[in-house]
Formats: sequence, C-alpha cells, structure tokens
Amino acid sequence: MNAPVNFERDSFPGSGRERLVVIGNGMAGCRAVEEILARDPLRFDVTIFGAEPRVNYNRIMLSPVLAGEKTFEEIVINTAQWYEDNAITLVSGDKVVAIDRAAQSVIAASGRVEPYDRLLIATGSDPFIIPVPGKDLDGVVTFRDLDDVDRMLSAADRGGAAVVIGGGLLGLEAAHGLNLRGMKVTVIHLMPTLMERQLDEAAGYLLRSELERRGQTILTGANTREILGEGGKVVGVRLEDGTEIPCDIVIMAVGIRPATALAREAGLDVERGIMVDDHMVTSDPAVLAVGECVQHRGTCYGLVAPLWDMCRALADHATGAPTGYEGSVTSTKLKVSGIDLFSAGDFLGGEGCEDIVMRDAARGAYKRVIVRDDRVIGAVLYGDTADGSWYFDLMKKGADISPIREALIFGQAFASGGALADPNAAVAALSDDVEICGCNGVSKGTVVRTIQAGACSLDAVRSSCKASASCGSCTGLVESLLAVTLGGEVQSGPRTLCKCTSFTHDDVRRLIVEKDLRLIPQVMQELHWTTPDGCSSCRPALNYYLLCAWPGEYVDDQKSRFVNERMHANIQKDGTYSVVPRMWGGLTNPRELRAIADVVEKYDAPMVKVTGGQRLDIFGIRKEDLPAVWADLNAAGMVSGHAYGKSLRTVKTCVGSEWCRFGTQDSTGLGVKIEHMTWGSWMPHKFKIAVSGCPRNCAEATIKDFGVICVDSGYELHVGGNGGIKVRATDFLCKVATEEEAMDMCAAFTQLYREEAHYLERTAPWIERVGLQYVKNRLAEEGAVERYAARFRYSQQFMQDDPWAKRAAGEDAKLHQHLAEVRPFPTAPKPQLENA
Amino acid sequence: MMIGNWLDIGPVTQIEPGTARTLPVVGSDEIAVFHTMRGEFFALRNQCPHKQGPLSQGIVHGEVVACPLHNWNISLRTGKALGDDEGCVPTIPLRVDAGRLYLLRSAVVTRAEAA
Repeated sequence: MNAPVNFERDSFPGSGRERLVVIGNGMAGCRAVEEILARDPLRFDVTIFGAEPRVNYNRIMLSPVLAGEKTFEEIVINTAQWYEDNAITLVSGDKVVAIDRAAQSVIAASGRVEPYDRLLIATGSDPFIIPVPGKDLDGVVTFRDLDDVDRMLSAADRGGAAVVIGGGLLGLEAAHGLNLRGMKVTVIHLMPTLMERQLDEAAGYLLRSELERRGQTILTGANTREILGEGGKVVGVRLEDGTEIPCDIVIMAVGIRPATALAREAGLDVERGIMVDDHMVTSDPAVLAVGECVQHRGTCYGLVAPLWDMCRALADHATGAPTGYEGSVTSTKLKVSGIDLFSAGDFLGGEGCEDIVMRDAARGAYKRVIVRDDRVIGAVLYGDTADGSWYFDLMKKGADISPIREALIFGQAFASGGALADPNAAVAALSDDVEICGCNGVSKGTVVRTIQAGACSLDAVRSSCKASASCGSCTGLVESLLAVTLGGEVQSGPRTLCKCTSFTHDDVRRLIVEKDLRLIPQVMQELHWTTPDGCSSCRPALNYYLLCAWPGEYVDDQKSRFVNERMHANIQKDGTYSVVPRMWGGLTNPRELRAIADVVEKYDAPMVKVTGGQRLDIFGIRKEDLPAVWADLNAAGMVSGHAYGKSLRTVKTCVGSEWCRFGTQDSTGLGVKIEHMTWGSWMPHKFKIAVSGCPRNCAEATIKDFGVICVDSGYELHVGGNGGIKVRATDFLCKVATEEEAMDMCAAFTQLYREEAHYLERTAPWIERVGLQYVKNRLAEEGAVERYAARFRYSQQFMQDDPWAKRAAGEDAKLHQHLAEVRPFPTAPKPQLENA
Repeated sequence: MMIGNWLDIGPVTQIEPGTARTLPVVGSDEIAVFHTMRGEFFALRNQCPHKQGPLSQGIVHGEVVACPLHNWNISLRTGKALGDDEGCVPTIPLRVDAGRLYLLRSAVVTRAEAA
C-alpha cells in the first residue's frame, strides 16, 4: 500500500486552460481541487505534488488505523482512479523545494520544474518536536502520517513500553491505539489537565480516571528533560524531577506548527501561518493557500472542519464567483472508543460569562455550558455528548437562549419541549410512577405523598422517603416537586457547605467516607458541584475533610490552603509574616532564646512579642526570608509552632507541683506530654489546650478547647471553652485518675471533634450545636475512647513532620521566591530583568 | 513577534495552576502573575484595593482571587472587586506565546517611571 504512485497524463499543449499547481496531496489540497472540479471541471490543468509516496487519505482517521479499527484502504479518500478520471497529474514522493514567483514555477527535489498560472499551497503542518536531548534517537516518532503509524505498529508488534509526550487530542489517540495494541503506555503531559485547550479541570479529571482504568499511566504537570538512548536507540525518558520511565518508543505529540517554510522563502507574507484573505489569496494574487498552513484573520486552525469552509471559499473565488470565508467556530471530539467527550468554543469563560454545570455521578457525566449575553459561547461535555451538536448549533447561530435558559443544561429534548422549558412544569408533567431517585428506587408518586404528609423541606423528604438521600443527583427534581406540590411554602433546609453545592458539611463528610472519595475534583464530580473548581470557602474545607478521612494517603492541596497555612506563618497587614516557633508547654532555654535573638537581628525583625500562648512571636519577616529563618530556628532544635493553622496551637501550662506551693500535680510535665502528642494535627479550626496545676487555674484552662485542671485526686477534664469574640467557659466532661487517662481522653475528644465538626467551627459552637450530652454519649460508648484515641495517634504519625524543616530544605521553593525582579533604569526606558 | 513591546518574564511552567507568583518592580508596585486552574494567565498589581493585601497569596478559584487579608473577591480579568465590595486594582496586559509569558512593557514601565 506504500508503493509510490505517479500518474502522468498526456499533456494538452495549447489547451488554453490555466495551469493550477497544488503543493500538498493532503486533505486540504485535494478537497480544494474537488471543489473546483465540481464548479468548473474544464477550467484548470491540475498538477498535485505530494511528499508522501501514496494517494490522498483521510489523515484524521489515522487514529482508528493505529487502534486497528480501520485499514488504510478504508481511509483513502481519492484512489488512483480519481486522479486518472479527472486528468490530474499526481507527482508523489517528489517534494517541492522552491517556488520561483517571478518565473511562476515550482521546483521539485528531483529537479523537475513545473510552471503555473495559479499556485495553491496546501502544505499543512509539521509536528512540533520539543528540543530536548535525545530527540533524534531511533525510536522517537511523531504522529502525523502513515509512515509514523507504521513505525508505531512495528514497535507494538515487538511489545514493550511506549511513552507519549503530549496529553492533547493527538497524543491521547496515539496512546489509546498503542494501549489497545498491547503496549504499556505512559502519557507525559506538561499541564495539570489533559487536553487543557479543550477541557476544563473537571472533564479532564473524568477523562484521566477512565484512561487510568484502561491501564494507561498518566503523568500530568510532568516536564520531559531528556530522552535516554543506548546505541542510538530509545531506552527511556527522564523527567525534570528525575523520574525515569523505561520505554522502547517515544511518540512526540505536543502540537503542530503550520508548514510555512516554502512560502516564507518565496517571500510571501507569513506570520504564524501563511497570511490569506477571505478568498484564501496570499500576498501574491497568483498564489492561494488553504488548510492548516494558513493564518486567516489572525487564526491558524488545526482541525478539519474549517478546512471544508476554506476550500469552498477558495473554489468560489478561483472559478470566478467569490463568496468569502469568515472564519470558523470549531468543536472537538476525542476519537477514543468508549469515551464520549465534546468541547466547543470558549470554555475559559470571562467577564459576564455564566457557567451552567450539571454533573451526574451515577453515569460519570459532566456537562458545562458557558453563556454570555443570553448566547451559548462554549460547551464541555463528558460522558453524555448527545447534545453536543445542539449546543454547537446554538453557538454558531448565536441563538438567544433566554426562553430556554432554565432547561438548557438538560438538553434539547427537554429544553425544546415548549412548556417543558420550565423545569417545574416538566416535573409536574411526569407520571406518578416515574422513578425520581434511582439510588433508593423512589417514584414521583411516593415523593409527592411524602411531601403532602408534611415533609416540607428537602431534608425532610430525604429523611422520610430517602429520595435524594444518597448520591444527590435527583436533588433538583425533588426541589421541583416540593415547589410544585407546596407552591411557595418550601422551607429552606440546613445551610449548605457553600454556594457551590446543595450538600451540607455533614453530607459531604459522610459521603467522602461512604463513597470512598479521595481527591477534591472527585468530590466535586461525585457530589455535583455547580462550579468547575469550587471557591475559597469549599476548597479549604474539602482539603481538610479529605486529610482527616484519609490520613497518610491524601496529599495536601497547597492551593486549597489559606495563606497562613500555605506559608506556615501569619500574614500581617503589610504583607510580611510573623513567625512563632514551638515552645513545648511554654518552656524554653538559653539555646532557643539565643537563636530567636539571632534571627531577630539577622533579619532585622522590627518587633518581638510574647504571645498569649506562652511563646515568642517574631514580626516583619518577608516571605522570601522565611525558609532561611526556619533553617536557623531548626538548627537550635525548634519546630513550627503552628500559630498560623486550623490546628493544635499551644498547650498553656502553669508551673505546677514542681515549684508552686499550691500545685497538686505536675501540670507543666503533663502539658509538655500533651503538646508532644497533639502538635502538628490539622483541625476544623484552631485548637487550644491548657493544663492548670490546681483549681486556681492560672493557665486559664476553662476558656480552652480542651482544659485540664489538676486536683489532689486526679484530673478534671473540660471542653468547649473559648476566650475569643464570644467568651464561653468550658463544660465539664469527666474526671480521671491518671495522666494516661487524661491523655487518652484528650486524644479521643480531639479526634471526635476532628471527625465531626464543620470546617471553621470551634469546639464551643460545635458543642452548642450538637449538645454536650451527645459528646459525652459518643465517648461513653463501649471502647469509644480507645478507638478515637487510636485513630488520632494513627493520624498523628503522618502529621508530626515539621513543615518548616521541609521548606528550609527547599520544598515548594516557588511559594517563597519571586519570579524575577524588574529594574527599570531612570535613563533607559527598557526594563531589565534580573532572575531571582 | 513584537518582542520589543513585551517583557519576557519566563516560561509558563514556573507558575502552578491555581497559584500566583510575584514580580517586584524596583521603585514601584509589585506585580502578581496568576495562573488559573483553567489554564489562563493574568497580571495585576499585587495590592488589594481594600487594605493593600498581597493578592498573590490568596486562594484562586475560577478567575477570581480571594484576598488573604479580608477575603475580598477580586476579578483577575478586570481587577474589580466583586459582590458588595467596591474598588479596582490595575491590571497589566499579559500574553502567552510559545510557552512563555510576556507583560506589556509600557504597563510595567509607566508604573515604574511614575514612582
């Protein structure tokens, strides 16, 4: 099938026809010729030069060929017969190397000179090769033509591993094909989201999960440093972070560039692509250009759909009936069998844009339509792409969607049903035996009867008949039924976690565990978040809930942390930070004090202050100096005091029986022990502990989250105190006899709070919400204290790792360093850039 | 392409999505360069219109940053405070080309000379 083809026809000297020479035997060149022939078959003598030694084929179908779903013969567009029937000279396998515009002729590699009256450049695009060491090794291939596919197929025949560099459309299709052919495939993608030009984070996450399920390894945010070789052949890829991936073939699929070299050398106007007007005419009126090599109104296209419109305009113009091309709105579908994915238009959104999001966890579907000024301007669909063409059509027409806005996201069948455009009306029109809640098998009739029997809120419906109590995907339907059944009397339910979700904090915490949710995007998908990437309220909450649910497994998401927790210091009003090293139980020593004094002098800290939590706070440290400050404090044996965190802050103590004439127990020693047990633990909110050595309570234990008051006969334990905006004295929890029991109860209470409170809820409002008796009951259950304490101590294994030491050692350096510094000189207006 | 009018501030990979990094300008206001989760880049003066909080340190969601000091939400695209808050922070034209970030030189320079 690769035999060179060369069809010479008899020339018609003096036929009087114009000579049309086409450079490029690809989809664009041939389509343009077809369009011209359809309008005026006798107008031109046509000669087509093709660099590939074969007839014209459908390049976008190379993926199915690689995947074994199609043969080459099935993707041929124009057979040898077509060239013959239309008296077209095909010069294949002989590349055009120059255009002589003055002489109006092209020169091929063989030396052949072909004169033209009209020239059409359809050179398409070239794969972009990233300039890394090893890019020229044997076994590094691109994915552009049939030769590339043949190379990949022969590699697949030998088995082994493949690395695909580039997680865009083409790279993923290559990876899919090689995976089906039995290779172990790793996809390396520079950006954090696959196909980020077509997909948002949520859809990218679903795609990634599916590809991983099929056995591919997906590495995002991964930068290729080098392709490794032995004896001139590829043996692996090394990433920027040092990871090495052994492989037998590397597919470079990072993008394409318009092939403009010939045009540029011929002196035509070229920017990113060959500049053309609306009739596909270049800066030389005798020269036309079409396809991926052109730039039209500032845009270069890499998809097939615009090509058809361009060829139409070109043919209209070339045959004397100009119409013009006005640019294309494009859409994308991934050609990977079993994955439905559609993307069109602008999905970045922007000012005045509104996102309409619908997620269906049960079906793994995600739909997002972007609307501006009552017009659809973009759509991203995953899992259910049936309405893709409808949204695309609305978008291209610029149709006013305000009459169907409410129902738009449900799709064409729903939205165009006239009266059904009102979701409430649509739900009202459903018959009584239609199933509303698939998880619990609840019909519309049952929900309506439940509401009529007195369930006037979503929560009441959930607890009475279980509708929408599981996955929540039918929440909207249940709300509509409430509205239809009760008229305006719907009671609003408990407060949701934030405006991005209809679930409450409790729902989210429960469902994370029940549904085994492990990542923020996964929670957002499974729980039908209505925003693509959450907000500044839900991101930190979800990060904490996941951290608490999956200790040791969940990887903290720095970008979901408030500034203080991300920087491990307290931001001040001038943007500098304050630094508080831990002083166990409020004890310190000369070495620590000297180190603090040295830091204050070395970094010119304008203030040092003794805190309410019995330690020292160093003010005015710049973010770029923080790692160095921490290194100095670490060197004196000090670790982070977490004065910045929703976490254990301090354990305040009095001097106790060791010194105090009233002291009943070693309160200082117990405080130090408790602090060693609890430090580093992330909490729903800040958490303070104190241990007082006698009922005089010098450590103010009765306004702490957990307070210990020592008495002769043991330890009184108090919880839920607060000395902040709203002062609240503690509630008495219980009395225990030994230090060990006090420690266990402290661990157990802390863990109960960690597992059950809402994010940003201190122990005081938590206890007022759930009741002291509830807390007591939970801890009084058989073996409860041991279980909670064990869970706390297990979690602490992963938490007690000084974050300052890691930063001082260079981790997350980007958080502290400037990008660079601009230094404009007063005399020269050009700013200089100094790399930081 | 027109590199003369644009200041190259380095590759896109140096700013993780969902974060921002800072660019001090000697003699003038620091600039914050943002990379949203959806992959767009924006540059703004690194000062909240409310109490001059360093916006670069806020949580980025959608194309909004929540100021780290008092949680004002600022549109990265327009620099305007959202919701009931009023105020606006200057934006600096930014473009991405061949994997590198460029700031409009005159926007950076004007600020520096004005200082």
